[in-house]
Amino acid sequence: MDYAAVVFLEIVYMIAFLALASAGLAVVFGMMRVINLAHGEFVMLGGYTTLACVQVGINVYVAMLVIAPIVVGLIGLVIERLVIRHLYGRMIDTMLATWGLSLLLVGIVTLIFGSSAVGVPTPIPGYTLGAYQMGGYNLFIIALAAVVMVGMWVVLRHTRLGLIARGAMQNPEVASALGYDPKKVYMATFAIGAALAGLAGGALAPLTGLLPSSGGAYIAKTFITVITGGAAVLSGTLSSAVMFGAVNQIVSFASTPVIGEIAMLALAILLLRLMPQGITGRFFRNST
Amino acid sequence: MAISRRNFIAASGSAGLIAGAPSIVRSQSGPIKLGSVLDNSGNLDIYGKPMVMATTLAVEEINAAGGLLGRKVQAIQYDTQSDIALYTKFAQQLVRDDKVDVVHGGITSASREAIRQTFKRGNTMYFYNVLYEGGVCDRNTFVTGTTPGQVVEPIVDHAMKKWGKKVYILAADYNYGQITAKWLQHYVKLRGGSVADTGFFPLDVSDFGSTIAKIQQAGPNWVVSALVGGAHMSFYRQWASSGMNKKIPLASTTFGVGNEHLALSAAEGDGILIAGNYSQEAQSASSKDFLARWGKRFGDTKIVHEIAVSQYQGIMLWAEGVKKSGSLGRDAMLKALESGVAIDGPTGRVAMDPKTHHASLDIHLMEVKGQKLTILETSKQRPPSDTAQSCDLVKNPAENKQFEVKV
Repeated sequence: MDYAAVVFLEIVYMIAFLALASAGLAVVFGMMRVINLAHGEFVMLGGYTTLACVQVGINVYVAMLVIAPIVVGLIGLVIERLVIRHLYGRMIDTMLATWGLSLLLVGIVTLIFGSSAVGVPTPIPGYTLGAYQMGGYNLFIIALAAVVMVGMWVVLRHTRLGLIARGAMQNPEVASALGYDPKKVYMATFAIGAALAGLAGGALAPLTGLLPSSGGAYIAKTFITVITGGAAVLSGTLSSAVMFGAVNQIVSFASTPVIGEIAMLALAILLLRLMPQGITGRFFRNST
Repeated sequence: MAISRRNFIAASGSAGLIAGAPSIVRSQSGPIKLGSVLDNSGNLDIYGKPMVMATTLAVEEINAAGGLLGRKVQAIQYDTQSDIALYTKFAQQLVRDDKVDVVHGGITSASREAIRQTFKRGNTMYFYNVLYEGGVCDRNTFVTGTTPGQVVEPIVDHAMKKWGKKVYILAADYNYGQITAKWLQHYVKLRGGSVADTGFFPLDVSDFGSTIAKIQQAGPNWVVSALVGGAHMSFYRQWASSGMNKKIPLASTTFGVGNEHLALSAAEGDGILIAGNYSQEAQSASSKDFLARWGKRFGDTKIVHEIAVSQYQGIMLWAEGVKKSGSLGRDAMLKALESGVAIDGPTGRVAMDPKTHHASLDIHLMEVKGQKLTILETSKQRPPSDTAQSCDLVKNPAENKQFEVKV
């Protein structure tokens, strides 16, 4: 019984992990159709920002929840102005540019922090669940992912800001005829996507540790989550996170983490074969 | 020159002739050439960088003391950038173009096996100065790192007496981890213990949640890790963050070698049991003196770890062999190195065993405490007993393989 609860919590954690790590990419790719191959590096930058703040004595929660998203958001803003805005609508060129960008960011971080693994101590102690010891910090990640998802839903669905953003993405001409500059909307959306990636990186740093190359660990998982999710930013990401998280963990428990990853990738291929437009291309079509 | 089919064949034919020439003529004057292939950048540079510095330090010290056989020693170091393909490339270059007299290098067991045969074919003497899974039996190769008989056995011995008979094994999924796991199973069974389960993890796995739950379900008396590299560090972190480090004790065959104890906080690392040839806490005069010389040359001594010291000692042991042989000729060198040559290095005595071409070393049993490797007890001159079980180069000098233990 305890073991079932442990397995269940690990599944929920994996779902939260995927949703949190994918949120920024879902905004950038899902809304703007920009393939940002540097997304993993944005996550990594969030982690290193948190690390640098903790090292100078700033409270770890302030560092990961406030400073990391702001710093990475600003970096995203600069990158949008310098690189991305010249490439809207040119998908292949964006891929190349952001891939180069990811190499550059890895190089810069290696120069500043060195390439050995570093980490932020976990701020929450473990707890007991029946006969099992569990990571308390996992619960924090689950809660944070829930807050981020609900927050995105509220903003996109129930605020004027969200309406403008969705409008500018769907029809830039109409939006600009109504007095909203689509360029500014794009800029802000990209920066928010980057900030969400930074938030994820900061929050996940105490669990995974940091390497300049650790962005690579996120990029594949987040892309299959977002692409399999399909057009709807929120329900798409959430539904594919639930599916992949559950499959990954159930198979991991039944065999090994390696087979778990393979099962997740196999499922992604199968789903995209059956539903090329993603889950939300077929189900929940009118959702956000 | 335009490459037509005809002159391409002619050119590659003559290249083949040169490569196939019976002996590689090394120069008899000028500096003695010492080659190294190490990862000075990329994922593995936490291991490689200090080893490159150790190579530089060793060669400088040899030269400051007057060189060898009246000649200077020149280090030719290539950065393999944590890329196996570059190992084979630079190994060829060292043998064919640079015509070095000896090579000290290789970090992971995968990299060693990628280059070992190149040196064997090129008749270039090869030193591998890193702890590994044991069993390499090859007259051209010398090992000064520790082997399972020296590290795994004392850990198992101590941990089973202290914590109990049931153990759970976690290991990296490549030749080092696979073979080390076999040795762990071997030593545990030899002492009447049992292995609850063994898990293998590719080097990029960083989520150990399901593994930690599975360990608890199996309920071992202790857990032993042969995990390797940056991603695997998250195991120790997640283990501590779930509070398991207070419940089930942890031992490791690899922890500390890349200064992992400095990357974890004291609360996360405390209590992990390890064994090895080196600790910065060692109080011997030779060890302190080595750190002082390192500090004078490079500044930061915090990065010095076991395999950097191992690399230094490997070079010093080779230099001792050169002095003893009086010539760099292959037969004279083999004779000298197989005569039981030994040095007193920073970690104590390093003595080359003629039968296995592995070294007897002083081994410390250590515990991580406050980000330091505290020495619990030291056994002097532990032999490479694992490799000695199957390898005898005195009897079979033509042997060229890596033995594994059968479980």
